[in-house]
Amino acid sequence: MRRENLLTVVAASLFVFFVLLALFGPWLVPYDPLSTSAGAALSPPDAAHWFGTDALGRDILSRVIVATRLDFGIAVAAVAVSFLIGATLGCLAGFHGGWHDRIISRLADTIMAFPLFVLAMGVVAAMGNTVANIVIATALINLPFYIRVARAEVNVRREAGYVEAARLSGASDTRILVMHLFPNILPPMMVQISLNMGWAILNAAGLSFIGLGVRPPAAEWGIMVADGAQLIVSGEWWVAFFPGLVLMLAVFSFNLLGDGLRDLIDPRRRT
Amino acid sequence: MNAQRLAAVRAGAGFVLRRLAAALPNLLGVVVVTFLLTRALPGDPAAYFAGPAASREAIEEVRRALGLDQGIATQFGFYLRDLVQGDLGNSISTGRPVATELIERLPASLELTLIALLLATLIAVPLGVLAATRPGSVVDHLCRVIATVGVSLPTFFTGLLLAYVFYFLLGWAPPPTGRLDPAFSPPQTVTGFYLIDALFALDGELLAAVAGQIALPAITLALFVIAPISRMTRASMLGVLSSDFVRTARAVGLSRTRVLYVYALRNALLPVVTTLGMVFSFLLGSSILVEKVFAWPGVGSYALEALVASDYAPVQGFVLVLAALYVLLNLVIDLAYGVVDPRARFEG
Amino acid sequence: MNAAQSPVTSEGAAAAAMVPSRQHAHRATTDPATPARVPLLDVRDLHVQFQTRTGVARVLDGVSLHVDRGETLGIVGESGSGKSVFFLALLGILEANARITSGSARFGGFDLLGSSEAERSSVRGRELAMVFQNPRAALNPIRRVGQQIEDVLLRHTATPRHALQARAVDALRRVQIADPEARYHAYPFELSGGQCQRVMIAMALACEPALLIADEPTTGLDVTTQAAIMALIARIARENGMATILVTHDLGLAGEHCDRIAVMHAGHLVEMAPAAELFARPRHPYTARLLASTPYGALSIDALTSVPGQLPDLTRTDLPPCRFSERCDRVLPACAGPRVMQDTGEGHHVACHNPC
Ligand SMILES: Nc1ncnc2c1ncn2[C@@H]1O[C@H](COP(=O)(O)OP(=O)(O)O)[C@@H](O)[C@H]1O
Ligand code: SF4
Ligand SMILES: [Mg+2]
Repeated sequence: MRRENLLTVVAASLFVFFVLLALFGPWLVPYDPLSTSAGAALSPPDAAHWFGTDALGRDILSRVIVATRLDFGIAVAAVAVSFLIGATLGCLAGFHGGWHDRIISRLADTIMAFPLFVLAMGVVAAMGNTVANIVIATALINLPFYIRVARAEVNVRREAGYVEAARLSGASDTRILVMHLFPNILPPMMVQISLNMGWAILNAAGLSFIGLGVRPPAAEWGIMVADGAQLIVSGEWWVAFFPGLVLMLAVFSFNLLGDGLRDLIDPRRRT
Repeated sequence: MNAQRLAAVRAGAGFVLRRLAAALPNLLGVVVVTFLLTRALPGDPAAYFAGPAASREAIEEVRRALGLDQGIATQFGFYLRDLVQGDLGNSISTGRPVATELIERLPASLELTLIALLLATLIAVPLGVLAATRPGSVVDHLCRVIATVGVSLPTFFTGLLLAYVFYFLLGWAPPPTGRLDPAFSPPQTVTGFYLIDALFALDGELLAAVAGQIALPAITLALFVIAPISRMTRASMLGVLSSDFVRTARAVGLSRTRVLYVYALRNALLPVVTTLGMVFSFLLGSSILVEKVFAWPGVGSYALEALVASDYAPVQGFVLVLAALYVLLNLVIDLAYGVVDPRARFEG
Repeated sequence: MNAAQSPVTSEGAAAAAMVPSRQHAHRATTDPATPARVPLLDVRDLHVQFQTRTGVARVLDGVSLHVDRGETLGIVGESGSGKSVFFLALLGILEANARITSGSARFGGFDLLGSSEAERSSVRGRELAMVFQNPRAALNPIRRVGQQIEDVLLRHTATPRHALQARAVDALRRVQIADPEARYHAYPFELSGGQCQRVMIAMALACEPALLIADEPTTGLDVTTQAAIMALIARIARENGMATILVTHDLGLAGEHCDRIAVMHAGHLVEMAPAAELFARPRHPYTARLLASTPYGALSIDALTSVPGQLPDLTRTDLPPCRFSERCDRVLPACAGPRVMQDTGEGHHVACHNPC
């Protein structure tokens, strides 16, 4: 019990650390992340360049730090979009049932009929190679989870006493949904958000790794790992290692936090 | 008794039909979405499909060939017709039919994915069982850590790390490029799976080379999905171990092994089978990244090469084929579930 | 039956040798379990604890009990009073967070608590069987019921494989399942609750045990099925000379079927008496409250509101010696003293400083 709390605290601190990096990163970096003259090309980690420099002589530490904002930004935007759309659709499906439910559930099922990363890749490939499309694609593959959670949670509460009471006092369906049902489904949705966030970052980084979305020279963890991919087998491990490690830590902190939050909000589902 | 057999057969047949019927809308959804994706191309789809270097005439040619000058319903009709004929268009870079190229490369991807799944299952299920039977033990904690760390691993990063350690530092693994060392010629194609074909060829050296080559990418993929499988096994085994029927099995004196394996594990694996769908989703997605890292000549790297060349037909074909494959895998999982759980067969 | 090394039937020498001194020791104390002769099951001073999130729950606190051959003993008490835990402890199938801290239990000549798991599991299901409530959940959902019976036969008897199915069908026939040949192939979800309970009984009785523990065997079944199941158990007990322990919420059921009845409350055995005696003269305030508002045996205990308050939290470290004292209207200063067990004659024992 105490050990789990400790883990959650560690995860939360890590999370706060990353948020601070995302907010203030550009002012914290020792070098200009885009400057190719920060140091000699491909110099291993040393006192001047803690994480070494890449093939163009850019400081990897600086690039890793400024990349936080872009990676978090993509994930947060994607999750926010899926949350908003997913919650709305899920609520409609769960509340009205009938054809609302059939259409919305079919939509969720259709998305889930794809291997999700493959769908995201297809979407970005078709719509164009931009950061906005990465956000859209990531939001799209997260959507079914939010629809399903919202739908299930609204469904079980549809007949609850406070809903009946609101209905009797003449509240409209929209009002009941927004004022009475939505606040009640927030906790499970929050759990879903924290569980999805890490995955969203992984997806966005994966897309950049295969050359979709974020374009060089912008600093982004996935691209940086891709930049170092060829170098690692010739021994220049640091180019890919540090961005990869930081990416992993970020995802890890989200996942730990999500688990902690889930145990807190919904102890039944703890595994 | 005969009547009972008959009822069972009828229930089984009904079950298969119901599953098939449930898979169809998904397949249709996949086709519609991939069709929409081909129309979603920014700017002029015809220009995209014709490639960056195409002349105006070539673009018009493509437009007519794709039916892009027709209404959307007609276009969908053409799309369906082509699909039924197995026509996914041609690759601009190679000039060959996409369908042919995908089929050539599919065995490489499938072999990698299935080996990874096998590996992950062989590790994750015993791990989950051990963790569940010894709550609070070292194995249990290990299982928790793996479950959380595992899903946090960017597969492309772990792949690179493994290549660095086992190829560059230790020299245990062959260079992380491709399915087979160029010094060997591939085994004669029987299944398209090099491991199995090398077995058929009774060529030990070749088999070792093939296995060495697939080891790192398969481990990379497996590491990613060990987490969900072991987590699910552990949770479900814990539930089953405290269930009434396991208590009954113990109360009638059955041996510990029988209780654990015949009574508990078989039941505990049912939800694990169900999560295999999600696991396959992860596997197929991550295999693209792993194929890129290890220059694995599968459908994923094929699509990526095409993507770099702005050659869209292969990418669309790839998405469609993988999605169809995924629908099929889910169908197989459903059917397998029906085999192990009699209740599923009888549900209305 | 495999009589080769039956601890019950070969009880003879070992157990008998202990009898004289043990009976002596008994008379001196006021143990409710004082047996008139060598009992089939003899449990002394059983303590069981559970490690829980909120602390250690002392779920059984010195329970003693005996059952004679062929006898039917009823156990009644509110839900949570420790009835099930008591028997799971005897069988050695408590959950991992449980610990038997002291006590002894002899079943025939067999030391239930001191034996190895291997020895115990060879007695479970063969000499000492148990059936549970909620029979549909108590059977393996993905195994044919016939196979589940065969599992028991395989474990405990030398039945040759080719004869297994016939014996399993026989076992089903003995519990009066219609069309046993067909039911042999059924999965639990294809059977009704009553049929599942019959299957459970068939499993339990497959090896003709000397003692059957029926833990609320009819809870959750409809009334006619309840009666049929009870009649079945009673009939087989009579035919086989099998002792039965009936754990139940239903005072009426206990009165109807049991020779003696023990009342449990919060991990204590508070009263034990022959059935008629208990109903006529309940001595413990808890029993009295239970019976007072009950038109003889009509209601199940959990439906009764007559006993005010609820079971104390067993993880408390300041539990009073009499765990009923916080609900009791006859409480005396003496009740804070050590627990007593009074023998009021006629085999009637009551754990109370101020019995009714
Ligand atoms: N595995 C367990 N962990 C913690 N407490 C338990 C466990 N099993 C039973 N208990 C507790 O032991 C007490 C007695 O339970 P039980 O024997 O099932 O009651 P009864 O059968 O009389 O209804 C209850 O308070 C219950 O909460
Ligand atoms: S011992 Fe005292 S408190 Fe306990 S039941 Fe008897 S009279 Fe009541
Ligand atoms: Mg009970």
